[in-house]
Amino acid sequence: MHIKRSRIALAMLIILILAAAGYIYNDVANNHGLSLGLDLEGGVYVLLEAQPAPGETVDRNSLERARAIIQNRVDQLGTKEPEITIEGSNRIRVAIPGIEDQEQVLELVGQTALLEFKSGQKIDDEIVYETIVTGDALKEAVVKFDNRTNKAIVSLTLSDEAGQVMQEFTSKNIGNLLYITLDGVPISTPVIEDAVGKSAAISGNFSDAEAAELALLLRSGALPVPLIARESRAIGPRLGRDSLAKSLFAGAIGAAAVLLFMIIIYRGFGGVANISLLAYMTIVLFGLKITNSTLTLPGIAGLILGLGMAVDANIIIFERIKEELKTGRALKIAIENGFSRAIVTVVDANVTTLIAAGVLYWFGSGPIRGFAVTLTMSIGSSMITAVLITRWLLRLLVDSNMIKTAKSIGRV
Amino acid sequence: MKNREIIKHRKIFYIISAIILITGILSLSIFKLNLGIDFSSGTILEIDLDEDVSTGEVRDIVNQVDLSQEPSIREVGDSGIVQIKTESLTKELRQDMLDKLRERYPEMTLEKIDQVDPVFGKELARQAFLALAIAMVLMVVYITWRFEFKFAITAIVALVYDVLFVLAFLAITQMEINNEFIAAILLIVGYSINDTIVIFDRVRENLKLKKRDETLAEVVNKSLQQSLTRSIHTSITTLLTVGAILVLGGSTLRIFSLSLFLGIISGTYSSLFLASPLWLDWRLKSEKKRA
Repeated sequence: MHIKRSRIALAMLIILILAAAGYIYNDVANNHGLSLGLDLEGGVYVLLEAQPAPGETVDRNSLERARAIIQNRVDQLGTKEPEITIEGSNRIRVAIPGIEDQEQVLELVGQTALLEFKSGQKIDDEIVYETIVTGDALKEAVVKFDNRTNKAIVSLTLSDEAGQVMQEFTSKNIGNLLYITLDGVPISTPVIEDAVGKSAAISGNFSDAEAAELALLLRSGALPVPLIARESRAIGPRLGRDSLAKSLFAGAIGAAAVLLFMIIIYRGFGGVANISLLAYMTIVLFGLKITNSTLTLPGIAGLILGLGMAVDANIIIFERIKEELKTGRALKIAIENGFSRAIVTVVDANVTTLIAAGVLYWFGSGPIRGFAVTLTMSIGSSMITAVLITRWLLRLLVDSNMIKTAKSIGRV
Repeated sequence: MKNREIIKHRKIFYIISAIILITGILSLSIFKLNLGIDFSSGTILEIDLDEDVSTGEVRDIVNQVDLSQEPSIREVGDSGIVQIKTESLTKELRQDMLDKLRERYPEMTLEKIDQVDPVFGKELARQAFLALAIAMVLMVVYITWRFEFKFAITAIVALVYDVLFVLAFLAITQMEINNEFIAAILLIVGYSINDTIVIFDRVRENLKLKKRDETLAEVVNKSLQQSLTRSIHTSITTLLTVGAILVLGGSTLRIFSLSLFLGIISGTYSSLFLASPLWLDWRLKSEKKRA
């Protein structure tokens, strides 16, 4: 009875691991699982930094408003799952997967988009401007088509109060120029033909696309603080997909090579290690999925390396067991002893690497952080699978008398 | 297992290591690292021209744009993508360059644009190295607690040696370093310290079991012999995985995986032939002082 039970337990454990692995691989392969970094999926990434007026600092409130405004702008592009996050005290990280036009995105997120209506007075050869109304007062901005010129224009609706101010101003200044500026640069300078109130229109020489973009910017509102792009990257989807395919293939080959090596060197126990490795990979992928981590290209490479190192725990254990066997101990005892001693080694070695990963998480930002998370999960999983799975499998194998002699562990 | 006298010959290994170290430091100062734009700021465009074009031709077009520094133009990757590297460009200049290129090569596809601001460029590296420095301090604390101070310092020495080794190689070959390199350094740090600790663990254990007539040198040598199989097997498995990436992983990861490959080889070497003998000599010296 005793033997049968452990054989059943063994079979169940292996089936469980295979099932979990199958589930996770299926999940990830169909891309329900992991979110891919831009270097794998393609897209645009921008790191913006707030540039307050000299002497001023950026307050959290303005930064959050800026973030919301940018989110608003990006959402109107209709892309899937853009990520716009605040970083540190003065930075905003924007990542938009699947989009290709970097310049468009930079325009969209970088522009302060402060709209102003100004009057200009010529004093001694210079024009002195005075702001009448700003974009704060904007209630609506849509693209319309001018009947006469058939060109796209942006039609604005101001608030009631601003409308009144405009009404007063325009009625007094018929025949003069109205300067409409965006971020200080004039985009339209129409002659005031008659008094206008709440409704105004901006007609520059806009293409349809330009008018649409301007309307979008105005609708979202002006950024409370100017932002400049410190870093921007655009990856074409083909390069991304290519990198992903190649690295996955490399990972598969590498894993196969390791599994083969383990069986050749450690025979039966090598097979145990391989199942343990399968469990390791499954746990790591599961962990990444749960934490919603973004997988980047270096991240994948880190995982592949992690596979090679996860084997290390098993190798340390097996070498210990071999030594115990050399001193003539019975198989069962050799395994237990080998295990207990080896675990101390494994923990000490891995904790030191975890320290490095932890510090990097704390001090790092963005991709470095993600990498630290992947590394930590890798190490954690390898320790768990070594301590639990390998041990269970070994015990069950010996209990069920499937491994009887020391020869199963390879050359002793 | 044959009786390999590692400790007896440690002077040889010291000399080898010293030569490598000096060559490394020299090459770093003379050749300097080839920093990609991630660290030095600039703009990189990677375009796929559908035809077979000489870089000279591309250069002629690029030079029509008002740049202040000579751009670097070369082919990258396996499928003939042209990479144009310039100083940090404004939006207008970027657009100008793209327009001119598209005019001449209407079929071109833009594979990648990277732009890093001058101020920002070095910040990430600074951040990463600060983090590593702090991590090293914490590691020293942990290792001192679990083992002893001498082990901690020699482990860190081996670590620094490994990093310098890889950096020296990159300086000599002038391969370009970007953000992923920081990830590679972290992995090398992890592997190196991991490897060293496993060996120190064995030394620690054998010290406890030391017999009266055994010298310290014999204990260390025995530990190294016992750990040799494991070290080699682990490096083989790790090198198999990294080797797969190196060969099959595409050009984007080439420098990254090459750094890892070298780092792992160096890490294995430094744990066996540098850290342990150093510890031994240090310990012997301080015991002599006490006597």
